[in-house]
Formats: sequence, C-alpha cells, structure tokens
Amino acid sequence: MSSEFKIPGREAARELGWFRAHRWLLARRVTQLSVLLLFLLGPWYGLWIVKGNLSSSLTLEVLPLTDPFVLLQTLFAGHVAEMTAITGALIVVAFYLLVGGRVFCAWVCPVNLVTDGAAWLRYRLKIKGSPRFSRSTRYWLLVMVMAVALATGSVAWELLNPVSVLHRGIIFGMGMGWLLILGIFLYDLLVAKHGWCGHLCPQGAFYALIGKLSWLRVSAARREKCDDCMDCFLVCPEPQVIKPALKGAPRGIGPVIAMSECTNCGRCIDVCTKDVFQFTIYRPLQAKHRTSKQMEVTP
Amino acid sequence: MADSGNSFSPARRRFLADTARTVGGVTLLGMGVGLFARQAQSLPAYALRPPGALTGGDFLAACIRCGLCVRDCPFDTLRLATPGEGVATGSPYFVAREVPCEMCDDIPCVKACPTGALDHALTDINEARMGLAVLVDQENCLNYLGLRCDVCYRVCPLIEKAITLEAQHNPRTGKHALFIPVVHSDACTGCGKCERACVLEEAAIKVFPLELAKGELGHHYRLGWEEKRKAGGSLVTPDEEHRYNLPEGVRYEHEGRGLIEEGEEGDTPFPANPLETLNRRRDNP
Repeated sequence: MSSEFKIPGREAARELGWFRAHRWLLARRVTQLSVLLLFLLGPWYGLWIVKGNLSSSLTLEVLPLTDPFVLLQTLFAGHVAEMTAITGALIVVAFYLLVGGRVFCAWVCPVNLVTDGAAWLRYRLKIKGSPRFSRSTRYWLLVMVMAVALATGSVAWELLNPVSVLHRGIIFGMGMGWLLILGIFLYDLLVAKHGWCGHLCPQGAFYALIGKLSWLRVSAARREKCDDCMDCFLVCPEPQVIKPALKGAPRGIGPVIAMSECTNCGRCIDVCTKDVFQFTIYRPLQAKHRTSKQMEVTP
Repeated sequence: MADSGNSFSPARRRFLADTARTVGGVTLLGMGVGLFARQAQSLPAYALRPPGALTGGDFLAACIRCGLCVRDCPFDTLRLATPGEGVATGSPYFVAREVPCEMCDDIPCVKACPTGALDHALTDINEARMGLAVLVDQENCLNYLGLRCDVCYRVCPLIEKAITLEAQHNPRTGKHALFIPVVHSDACTGCGKCERACVLEEAAIKVFPLELAKGELGHHYRLGWEEKRKAGGSLVTPDEEHRYNLPEGVRYEHEGRGLIEEGEEGDTPFPANPLETLNRRRDNP
C-alpha cells in the first residue's frame, strides 16, 4: 500500500492498543449519541429531560439553551427575542468560550456523524481529487446568511441549514430532509474532501469565531518527539491548524493549536504514537500578549 | 518592498481572482437562498399558525423552529413542517380539520416560545386570531339546505359570539326557517373546532388565514349610521316632515305602518292574523 493511503491510527492501535488509539473518538461518539438520545428520550419514552432541539431547548424545565448562530439570524431578520432565548444563547456562548467554539461541531452536531462517515469512506475507497477552494469560504457564507436574513426579513438559512434540518428531523420528523443530508454525504464523499464541515458550513464558521477566545485547546506539547509519520495530518478534519503548532518551533510559534478552526476532536491525540498532543488550558488574550513580548525580544 | 506593491504580481492576482470567485459564488448562493425564503413565506391556506403568532413576515423572522410550542401543546395539535411540505421548513402549524386548537386557558404553547415568535402579550386565548372561520360551501352546508345540523355552532367555544344562527325564510318549503350559521370576526379565534366537527365529507366551514378570509372596506368609506352615532345626531339637515294629501279618516305613517284608516281596529290596516281580515270583510261589507 502506498504511504499516501496508509490508515492513520493503525500504527497507534498496534503500539498502544486499540482503545488508547480511539479513546477521544469513542468519547466523542458517546457524547454525540448521548446528546441525541437526551433529545429523543422525550418523544420515544416520554422522559422529558430535554425538550426542543439544538436551535433552542429546555432542560429539566429550567435551563434554556439557544443556538447563538440561529438567534443572531433572527436579530438580522429584525426580531429582538424574548429574554429566554437571549439567556439561552449567552449560556451556550459562555460554555463554548470555555471548551472551544468548534467543540459544537465535533462533539454535538449530528452532521459530524454524516461527514465523518463520508471522510472515512472516501479515504478507504481511495477517492482522490478535490476542488481546491479556500477554507475561508465558510466565513463568506456566514456573512451571506446574515445578509439574506437582513434582506428577506426571515431566518432564511434555517430553511436549508443541514445542521438544524438533521437534528430537528431526527426528533420531529425528517420529511424530504434526508435528501439534503444525502446530498451533504455525497458531496463530502465524491466531490470535496471535508467539503461541508471544513470549507462551507457557516454555523461552524460562527462557532470558530467564538473559538478565537476559548480556553480549552489541543497542544503539541511534546512536538520535539514528532517522527513525521503524518498520521495527525491525515486524520485531522482541519489539518492546516496543526502545522504552525507542530512545526513552528524554529519560528518561535508556541505549541498550542491557536487556530480556531480546530474542532478539539482529539483525533490527533489518539493516533500519535509519540504522544505529542494533549489537551491544555490556554488564555488567548494573555497568550497574544506574551507572543508579542517574545517578538520584541527576538532579533 | 517595491515588488510587493506591484498590482500585477501573480500572487496578488491569484488572491484577487480567488476572492472574486468566492464572493461571486457565495452571492449567487445567497440570492438563491433569498428567493427560496421569499417563496417559503407564503403559507398554504390549510396551515394555521399557533395562537399569538406574529403576523405577516414577522413570524418567520422570529421563529427559530425549536418545536418547544409543539412539545407543550397538550393535545398534539401542533407540528413542525418538514422540508418539501409547502410550509416554511421547521415552522409550527396545525391543520384544523385534523386536530384543531383546544384554546387552553393558560396558552402553554405561547409560554413555551423562547423568542416571542408567539407573542407573550397574548394572555387571553379569546383574543387569539389564528384564522377566521368561513362558511365556504353554502350549497352543501346542511343548515343552508334547511336541516338543523348546527354542529359548527354547538362546538364553537365561543358559541353565540363567534358563531350565531340567523333565522331566514326557507323559500323551498315556503313555511320553514333556515338557520344560517354566521361567523363573527370580532370573536372568532380561528381555533378550527367548527371545521373539525363539520359532518360533511369535506367541511363546508373552514378556517382560513385572516388575510384570505377577510375583506377590507375602502379607507375613505364612512358608514352614515356609525358617523351619526358617533356625532350623537344627524350630520345632515333633517328632512322636512312630508305632508300627504289624504282623504279624511286616513293618515300615513312613513316609518313602517303605511296607510292607516282611523278608527280601525288596533290602528292597523291588516291585523297579524290574515283570517281576521277576511272575516271582517265578510261581516261588514
């Protein structure tokens, strides 16, 4: 087998054991399915721990949670929401400021199961070739979503948003929504590698913006031990975030993955046989300060 | 440094071309989404919004499609639209003929709404305006046919206010009455119980969204009697009393009774019972 198609994590599984090489993946799948199950306990078994869906929910009749991305669209559409929704959105923002913005993408969003599946299959079917377009397209799409809300006076994106369509569909009934999700799967499988979550999804872009200030990060703490096996790059849905942290030592770049597109999925930690990566606490504002001081010192 | 300022450098060109391509593509997609959203703003006539729903486009600006109203509806009246259904994806609605609104006193669906797309100012369910019942099929309505069905009237939670029965002459039999169900828009909440209960195969009375169901008077129209009532008296010079040249023993009352023969029994030309007139003529030729 050519090295281009070596399966990332296989070596780690052999050296460290299957469980050790998949622990964060397992934790993530358990979390994703648990969140989904919490929402489904009500409609399936009448256990109403959580009501609603990811756009807005009520837990144990007291805790409101609202998706800040969806709420921002209502604001652009010209509606100032009731305090319940605003409180819910602030709680969600605060949570992701702590654990990392795109933790939503990797640990909660149901579309991740679909696109991870597509990426897994794409790799194993050895489907090559992907149109080269910028990963910052998603930020343009985020602007577009808000602009359309402003122009039409309605939360237009929520008619199509695969994240809400899938999550709401699983809980309240899917209708023709499967077609949209199938479209995303086929797009990621056949057209563009990590096409949806990694390039286009405006909701992910929004959470990445929150993530610019968040604390919990992956760090290439023992990067000097890296043996260039490339497994982390192959397994990462956003590989561009790894390079500065892993290979930036000569240029004075710190080991913490600072780019907020990182989803904190932890797969790089799983697959690394040299145990280079770990989760770490990072204070972005202070860190920037420190970096600029370092810059002053270095000639 | 001089080179980086060159506007023809290949890197700069590629950057500009890539950006232009991205912006162009995103704009195109945005216009598509916008057009789709515009279309999705129209609501099919069978779909009714929950009580307190903001009107016009405001509802789709405010609703985040979380389904909390659906969950708190004790009668499973509400549902969320799925893609491809004709109602804006994910927004709540109900179909009166299937499950009407039971008009709960505490309006749990409105309380559940986190954004206020269902207006929290609505605290009296009788003030809700989900739609307006219209007796659309006067040819098949049993009451119009002269039968005493009355089911829509009986099930109406605001009986005698939102639906009344107006007695009319039945020209088919010549001797019976038609009890015509009449809906009053000042009281009808559009709950849809009448449509649900209508005994016909297809309901003769249906709840339509208000903008479909109601006409609107020209804004320059003034109803004379309303203006008179408001002003507390006639706004135009009263007519002079008309004087008739009548033979003696006869007078004329303009407002209703017409020609009156003086000294006639009860001062009416014809008593209520026609037989009396016939008998009188025979007795005194």
